[in-house]
Amino acid sequence: MRTVLTVLRKDLLLELRSLETVPTMILFSIATFVIFHFGLNRNSLDGQLAGGVLTVTVLFAGMLAVNRLFVAEREQGGFDGFLLAPVDRSALLVAKAAALFVFLTGLELIAIPAFAVMLLGVPLWPALPGLIAVLALANVALSVIGTLVSAIAVQSRARDLIGPLLGLPLLVPALIGTARAAGPLLVTHSTGSPPGKWLAILALYDLVFALLSYAVFDFLLED
Amino acid sequence: MITYGRRLRGLSLVTIATISLAYALAFFYAPEDVDQGFIQKIFYLHVPLAIVSLCGFIFGGLLAIGYLRTGDRRWDIRSYVAIHMALIFGIGALITGSIWAKASWGHWWVWNEPTLVSFLIVVLLFATYQPMRFSIEDPERQARYASVFAIVAGAFVPLNFIAVRLANQYVHPRVLTLEGGNLPASMALTFYIALLGITLLYVTLWTYEMAAKNARMQVRATRRKLLGEDAMAPLRRSAAPS
Amino acid sequence: MSALIAVAVPLHTAVKYVAGAYVVFLAIVLIYVAIMAKRLRRTERDLVDLRRELDEQRADDREVGRAA
Repeated sequence: MRTVLTVLRKDLLLELRSLETVPTMILFSIATFVIFHFGLNRNSLDGQLAGGVLTVTVLFAGMLAVNRLFVAEREQGGFDGFLLAPVDRSALLVAKAAALFVFLTGLELIAIPAFAVMLLGVPLWPALPGLIAVLALANVALSVIGTLVSAIAVQSRARDLIGPLLGLPLLVPALIGTARAAGPLLVTHSTGSPPGKWLAILALYDLVFALLSYAVFDFLLED
Repeated sequence: MITYGRRLRGLSLVTIATISLAYALAFFYAPEDVDQGFIQKIFYLHVPLAIVSLCGFIFGGLLAIGYLRTGDRRWDIRSYVAIHMALIFGIGALITGSIWAKASWGHWWVWNEPTLVSFLIVVLLFATYQPMRFSIEDPERQARYASVFAIVAGAFVPLNFIAVRLANQYVHPRVLTLEGGNLPASMALTFYIALLGITLLYVTLWTYEMAAKNARMQVRATRRKLLGEDAMAPLRRSAAPS
Repeated sequence: MSALIAVAVPLHTAVKYVAGAYVVFLAIVLIYVAIMAKRLRRTERDLVDLRRELDEQRADDREVGRAA
């Protein structure tokens, strides 16, 4: 547990000092909102369309973070250092996934209000608690799969391509769950509670892939 | 040393016999479907291909577990061939599914057929298996990473199926299904024989490819042993498991 | 429900689609077999080369043995 916290602290400090990943994700998502405005030719969105646009934007912004997750470790020998230390190797997975979760949360803190201002045609406030629940589960999915895929991609030659290539199909069930759960929330007279079926799917997906990743991650770190 | 070639003749004969029987039954014995007419005959090809493909992906994942547990490269090659074959069968399922959709719905692709859609996602995922493999140079690492991928992707298949099925709007009727879901006995018999035939085809082709790879590896090993390291020609695709 | 599903297309068009599907399947299998045949030819050729080189090596060794 201490290992996890140490590595996590390192990554968060690095990000805080260099401010590379999260601001990029934020800028990217705002640009994406603009593109969606022109691509869909709509001034405001609501319902399933809003849910879908939000989910897709967060997903693609997340891919940006995924690409850079292990780069420092690979290039500066962090992997070797970690392997030499007498710690549980899966701690690296948990730490990196936690860092990714924090980055995504940081992204959403800015991107959701931006979305509400720029594209959302309905008031955000009543939908917010439900949306937070949905996005929390979605972030777990993105973090777990993103870390796994990033660890694979960092060792391959086609680094930047392999990450999204592997990650996007794997994330489809999570995408379905997030978009369909968020859709009914972003309507004029929403009940404020997301549909249980989709939350259950998201939770199941998170559980299965978190456990699976934890089990296989060791093999990715072996030398 | 395991030889695959021995079983190949018997396997091929049984496969040919079963497939011939299956499709003879499909066209001469099974009754024509009331709603879809003659088009429905594609069912006996498309659905077995899809089922065998999905099972093949899961089979590949299980073989990959064998590699991670034993470290024996042979498991990895079995896993690679299993996934490779399942991908080919999967593409066949997609194409035949598309033809069926066009014939009965008028469009080459339909989003409200959850099996086809979840199939597309699975095929897209496993299509990345080979590019990912060949982009990792170190052979042992490549085998390990490929096994991890095969296991995660194998676990993904059922989850994806469930999610896409739930996402389907039940307002729209399913396209590629038989009315009522209850197959009359003659159709069911034909279907199961077709399923058996396609499964046997998968096993035969898998054995065929394993035999070829095995032979190739032994030629290289013998060459290396007899003529020394210098006589080795470099592998064609970088790090491809040959 | 059944009225929404499929239009039973006339037989001659239906046959074309069904035949198409089965032909695609057959084509995939045959193409695969052809690729494998090519690979096997290469392996056989390598084996022949290997055998020839082995024979040459044995002949050289014998000569060296006689000369020595």
